[in-house]
Amino acid sequence: MIPAIVVFIYLATVVYIGIFAFRRSTGREKAEDYFLASRSLGPFVFLFSLFGTNMTAFAILGSSGHAFANGIVTFGLMASSSGLVIPLTIFLIGTRVWALGKKYGFMTPVQMFRDRWECSHIGTVIFAVQAVLLIPYVIIGIMGGGTTLYTISGGLVPFWFGGAIVAMVVMSYVFFGGMRGTAWVNTFQTVLFLCFGAVALVVIGHGIGGFTAAAEGLKNSPMSFLLTRERISPYYFFSYTFIPLSAIAFPHILIFCLTAKKMNQFKKTVIFYPICILAIWLPCVFLGVMANRVTDVPQIKAKQEARRVLATQGRTMEPEQRDALRDQAAGDDVIMLLLQHYAPIWLAGLLGAGIMAAVMASDSQILALSTMFTEDVFAFYGGKRRFGEAVQVQTGRIFIILITLFAYAVALRAPETIFELAIQYAFSGYAALSPLLVAALFWKGSTKWGALAVTVWTAATVVAVAVFQEMVPAAAPGTQNVIWTFGGMEALARTPGGTAIFKFSPVVPMVIGSALLMWLVSLVTRKPAPSTLARYFGGGHQ
Amino acid sequence: MKTILLVVAVVALYILHQDIWFWRSSYLVFGFIPIGLFYQGLFSVAAALLMWLLVTFAWPSHLEREVEGTTPTEDEAP
Repeated sequence: MIPAIVVFIYLATVVYIGIFAFRRSTGREKAEDYFLASRSLGPFVFLFSLFGTNMTAFAILGSSGHAFANGIVTFGLMASSSGLVIPLTIFLIGTRVWALGKKYGFMTPVQMFRDRWECSHIGTVIFAVQAVLLIPYVIIGIMGGGTTLYTISGGLVPFWFGGAIVAMVVMSYVFFGGMRGTAWVNTFQTVLFLCFGAVALVVIGHGIGGFTAAAEGLKNSPMSFLLTRERISPYYFFSYTFIPLSAIAFPHILIFCLTAKKMNQFKKTVIFYPICILAIWLPCVFLGVMANRVTDVPQIKAKQEARRVLATQGRTMEPEQRDALRDQAAGDDVIMLLLQHYAPIWLAGLLGAGIMAAVMASDSQILALSTMFTEDVFAFYGGKRRFGEAVQVQTGRIFIILITLFAYAVALRAPETIFELAIQYAFSGYAALSPLLVAALFWKGSTKWGALAVTVWTAATVVAVAVFQEMVPAAAPGTQNVIWTFGGMEALARTPGGTAIFKFSPVVPMVIGSALLMWLVSLVTRKPAPSTLARYFGGGHQ
Repeated sequence: MKTILLVVAVVALYILHQDIWFWRSSYLVFGFIPIGLFYQGLFSVAAALLMWLLVTFAWPSHLEREVEGTTPTEDEAP
């Protein structure tokens, strides 16, 4: 119970930082101050809060759980590709969005799209799709919180109660602290979970008798494939390099880009982003893999046994039985089980707090949803003009409560593992929306109809993948159900973990389809006025 | 020329990420780090170096200049 108490102290600290520590008495509340911290964040807070807000529950829990089942491939799939693509997009897109926000006062991506493409209701459609795709991200945080508190407390804090506590804490400091409170909490959390990896590595390494013996043992066992990528298709591996395109398309990341005081603050963020990813992901992936050599933790042994049964008898089982075994074999809590077993009790609490820090990254998503609703819907459709800015901020706060309650209710029912849920819906969808930003900022010829086509395509493909995976049961381990062939090639298949389209993950055709639609539809539709283009691309259009 | 070299560097690093040469190797660097993981760790360091190059040689400082002297007012905000 002591680790759980340490975690509760941590949660109280977070609430204090978020609500009181950096509060400013400003008299009448301004929307720009509440939602964007008056565009005044310094370099240190900007780097750590931007990084922290992009590191959700799967950074620690999902990554180690995925590595436990799939091996070292996890790092290359999500971490190192993100270390290249995300800072690159911040460099190319984030800086430009920041400059446009400063010049024209944008507070959300949709405000920029409406201005850039001279559209109104199409912007509302983009808002709706962005909001629906962002909610799984919020759910991940609450699910992670429930899982973490349940495990750290040894089962004393049930999942539903842990999730409720996390939801309440996050909601409190977002509600009262707005962007300033959220940014400082994120900074505190990022520092904490950056320390987590190194400490966990040392403690667990010592506990299992050194990594050399564990790695050698794994290499000489039937599980040696975990040290390689031999069971992963190169097509699948390549597909994952499209996923990090989602980061810059996430509204909470773009909105964070608007909070920097000066553009120079992007420099440190761009340079150190890959190093931060390395520091947090490498230890978690490595520990997740090494957990396969642990024999004295009963819960981990049970997971290994469930996986063995799934691998040997899965092909003859009913899909429901396979799903149940997959749930048992899921390793989202494996790193916490290792800490509980090997770390001194006080240290397990501190490290548990580090895990909570990563898990609670849903604050920025909740705030972003609130910002988007109040700016893109409430203010755009006349609410700000009629009721004033103070009412706009209060509306945002009410929205924060509603969205948190909704996410919590869904989190209680969601059956998927953290990692799968995030990847399959939110990440792929946002990656497919990324051509919107590229077109808006770099292509004069893009039009609002192209933007609408991209948005509708994204929504349709996300729904299509979800429906397909619901209707066609997951294939047994090591197999795939080919549903459709085209020219002798496997055009559509249901795999054990998802869907394959011409052997690629759905995110690849989704992104390529978006880019093609933007191009083709824009070619045949009317461009914005020359005066608008001149504001975005300089002279020559007046 | 500078821009072309930087674009080539970005594309090269993207290709290097595929790492097909260590795909099936379970060799342990320093006796405990799988070579595939070690490579991707080094890749992350290389990505940071590439970002430093981009920030140093291709920083969009014209955006900063455009913003200077442009103070958005409430009326300009959409």
